[in-house]
Amino acid sequence: MSSQRIPTLDVTAQKLKSNARLSLKDQQLRTNMRSAMDSLISKRLISMPDEDERENLRELGNKIKARALSQLPDLLEQLESNLTKQGIQVHWASTTEEANAIVLNIAQARNAKQVIKGKSMVSEEMAMNEHLTEHGIEALESDMGEYIIQLDNEKPTHIIMPAIHKNAQQVGKLFESRLALPYTDDVDSLIQSARSILREKFFQADIGISGVNFAVAETGTLLLVENEGNGRMSTSVPPVHIAVTGIEKVVANLQDTVPLLSLLTRSALGQGITTYVNMISAPRQPDELDGPEEVHLVLLDNGRSQAFADSELRQTLNCIRCGACMNHCPVYTRIGGQAYGTVYPGPIGKIISPHLLGLENTPDHPSASSLCGACGEVCPVKIPIPALLRRLREENVKSPKQQPQIMAGQGSRYSAKERLLWKGWQYFNSQPLLYKTGTFLATRLGKFTPNKLGPWTQNHSAPKPAKHSLHELAKKHLEKKS
Amino acid sequence: MSARDKILASLRQSLEGTQPLANPFDASLVDKPWRYKPEERITRLKELMTAVHSEVHLTSSQAWPALVCKLLAERAINKLLVAPTTAHGKALANYCKNENSALKLLAYDRPIEEWKRELFDEVPASFTGTLAGIAATGTLVVQPSPAEPRLMSLVPPLHIALLKASQIYDNLYQAQQHWPKPMPSNLLLISGPSKTADIEQVLAYGAHGPKDLIVLLVDDA
Repeated sequence: MSSQRIPTLDVTAQKLKSNARLSLKDQQLRTNMRSAMDSLISKRLISMPDEDERENLRELGNKIKARALSQLPDLLEQLESNLTKQGIQVHWASTTEEANAIVLNIAQARNAKQVIKGKSMVSEEMAMNEHLTEHGIEALESDMGEYIIQLDNEKPTHIIMPAIHKNAQQVGKLFESRLALPYTDDVDSLIQSARSILREKFFQADIGISGVNFAVAETGTLLLVENEGNGRMSTSVPPVHIAVTGIEKVVANLQDTVPLLSLLTRSALGQGITTYVNMISAPRQPDELDGPEEVHLVLLDNGRSQAFADSELRQTLNCIRCGACMNHCPVYTRIGGQAYGTVYPGPIGKIISPHLLGLENTPDHPSASSLCGACGEVCPVKIPIPALLRRLREENVKSPKQQPQIMAGQGSRYSAKERLLWKGWQYFNSQPLLYKTGTFLATRLGKFTPNKLGPWTQNHSAPKPAKHSLHELAKKHLEKKS
Repeated sequence: MSARDKILASLRQSLEGTQPLANPFDASLVDKPWRYKPEERITRLKELMTAVHSEVHLTSSQAWPALVCKLLAERAINKLLVAPTTAHGKALANYCKNENSALKLLAYDRPIEEWKRELFDEVPASFTGTLAGIAATGTLVVQPSPAEPRLMSLVPPLHIALLKASQIYDNLYQAQQHWPKPMPSNLLLISGPSKTADIEQVLAYGAHGPKDLIVLLVDDA
């Protein structure tokens, strides 16, 4: 049972299939994931006992996001104008490279040496830590889960609970080897050790980095939710705060955040509210005694405008990053988040990553699903994830040359042979004489079909044609009746 | 073309020929399920806050200063960060003076840069007012201000907050209707001491912020 994290896991998106195979053999991982997901599933349900209340709120959440997206460019401009008026500097980045350059510029202008980070999935998209480190700036994660996986040079396995794949013994051993602390698997002691190390880092940091849960256009407010207090520390102790977020996080007004917050925290953790909801609308004012002197917001596109361009795929951008789809996914629960090799794992990861990275880099993601529908059923903003997965599968097998090109990397699973086969299948089914002859032969010669049919029979039993075709059976049935 | 123009142009092009959707907001969905009778508000807030490890004490507008001193004495804490210019700061200072209390009151009266080390290492507790409370979720609304800056309710290991019962709203939607306009530079909802469940989903309190939160609920009806 003491199996370690399987060392050969190659955490790149192209390796989903082989990673999944390896992860399935990792008993420790599967035990840890199963128990964590079961607990998150039941907590969510306990916090949403009234089905009418839940369903009405999901519907409202969906409509609020849809409305915000229907006026996204206007809301972004309104947000920018209000934030600027209030003293928050707004930056725009089309790519993660641009976003990293913006952050680095701010850091270098302040001669920053140390950066402390609250939890931000967008900063993971940017690989911001690696970028800053390359330029001689220490970037330290302060969310407990993020801190743990950073110590182990891993990537988050879950967007809300980054280190959920590890148990307390594994964390104890990690702290023993990396921090030279005496071994303990007592969670309280482990957290207190991390607290005292990170407090000093908050104290020293030149810059604090955070994500954003909702950016309110009407008031120019950045709203952040968290339980630990590291988000508040990162955004109020260092002299500079940089918030990084995707362009889809903007909502029209403050009241829109009421249902969205309730949906977010209950779907994610089964909590009616998180310990802290931190609303930031300006840097330190002249009469204030603390808070950052400079606040920056970096708005990142990184493929989002591609999803936005198609009204069906646009629904991907409803996501409020609660993680409920992961918790309820039979695939995610068995292989864990790292196997996906993408920043966003699980069902939402499978529909958003192809936009961020291109289908050519995520060729297996749209099909790594049983389409059981659980993700769509629990999504607090009603993203039709299974339908979007089917749509991405279509884009994935289109000819790479077919116009218009809706997705980067279109047709990464296109095969001329397969296309020809289906063309033939279509022809066969649309020619009555051919069809009749074919089915007659198939039903009579069915016993001669091979037992091994390449990759198909690795996971399925070989198909055996029935003794009589449906046509024949129906005919017989009608004859009998008359 | 700047990134800004590129992004906005692309989004606008995608929306060409469409109209913004109508505002779907329906206040009853976020208000009605979370309404309480006045006496229930206190019970619910206390129950929810206690469930996440906060201490809630019902007290009166006369008795609370003595309660602060008693709670601190029980914890062998002899220093408290409190804003001397606020009404509650003055009330506490008066009480301590009249009672010859051994409690040392500290003021956050200079920029953080001038006493960051002291705040981080030598302030065991802080005492702040609150803007409001929220019954539905067991929440305090706290507005940092020049008198009670942001770090006051965050860095010291113990945070004591004063909440008037008359300022408890049923739910977040109702509380929001009474927020300051324009929004202050920072506004906080606090629903317990800092916590984490990042290791094996085991709940641990005192992650990065206060390890303990005490709410003095003043019955001012």
